[in-house]
Amino acid sequence: MINARLYIMQRLTALIMAPLVIGHIGVMIYAVQNGLSAAEILGRTQGSYFWAIFYGTFALAVAIHAAIGLRAILHEWVRLDGMVLNLVCWAIAAGLAGLGLQAVYSVTG
Amino acid sequence: MTQISQPDQQFIKVSIWRGAGDKGGYETFDVPDQESQTILDLVSYIQQYIDPSLTYRFACRVGMCGSCAMMVNGVPRWTCRTHVKKITDKAGSLTIAPLRNLPVIKDLVVDMDVFFDKWVRAEAVHHPTCSIEQGVQPVSEDTAERQAANAAIECINCAVCYAACDVVASNPEYLGPAALNRAWSLVNDVRDGGREAILEAVSGTGGCHNCHSQQSCQKYCPNELNPTASIAGLKRETSKFALRNLLNPAKKHNQGEPA
Repeated sequence: MINARLYIMQRLTALIMAPLVIGHIGVMIYAVQNGLSAAEILGRTQGSYFWAIFYGTFALAVAIHAAIGLRAILHEWVRLDGMVLNLVCWAIAAGLAGLGLQAVYSVTG
Repeated sequence: MTQISQPDQQFIKVSIWRGAGDKGGYETFDVPDQESQTILDLVSYIQQYIDPSLTYRFACRVGMCGSCAMMVNGVPRWTCRTHVKKITDKAGSLTIAPLRNLPVIKDLVVDMDVFFDKWVRAEAVHHPTCSIEQGVQPVSEDTAERQAANAAIECINCAVCYAACDVVASNPEYLGPAALNRAWSLVNDVRDGGREAILEAVSGTGGCHNCHSQQSCQKYCPNELNPTASIAGLKRETSKFALRNLLNPAKKHNQGEPA
């Protein structure tokens, strides 16, 4: 149910996410040093193109990566197939991308 | 094999799957316990002396033909080379069933058509590079490709790996470890001219990328092959092949690529 194209997409998005996860965790460790507050986080992220691109890329990579992973699980465990499987996976990808980008916009916009 | 009827004879309780298609159940037989007995010997004893209607498949009896694989105590095994003493539980009982993941024809005989059809779908067939007039193409044993081909080549098509594979069980389209293992040996064989066709065949929806690397195939392979490693090789080569085609769609990548 996973073909070469989907396999490569999932590996490439994993490659993109790996440094972003490290950057995210690094900033978290740095940010909590002086206590964690919404004002402190928003002060760093609001109006920042850097953080918008950083977390926007992250959200899109997660949406693609997770939808492909769930595609295999949905086929093997729930026996979804064909058009139904495609639609459900596209809906998962669109939902994750929508929620993620909305959250990115909320903290960087 | 001779019929045993001594008064102090010990017996093994053997539960065997009887039935056709999806319908059936286990039937228990008492089979005399003998020295150096294989699982196939037990089944043959039942068929010859207790119930001649028991249906099973075997040919060479020496681990060459790949005909006699069955599920023994829930595990796929070649029955002609599996000694009873090595696997009976403490109660001395055995459960023998037809191979998993294949349709049952009758009793212990499964329909292997699906299994071999997938070999063809994986292009795991010979694609000649020389005609009979041109003679046999020389093979260098020293190259990395030849060593990869040799590591995968001793498959006897017994379908033990196919029965052991959980991905086959949950994704019937999946080509399975045996077909992909053969495809990998051909990809690395200089005498095979179908490299591109093979890489395309194993890149589809039932192809090598569905393998989760659970490694049941290599755990149970009676010839100690490692189809998981072969499938990992195919994943690497198909990824390179797809990316090269994406970057340079006009160029055809066919022969002579190192694995």
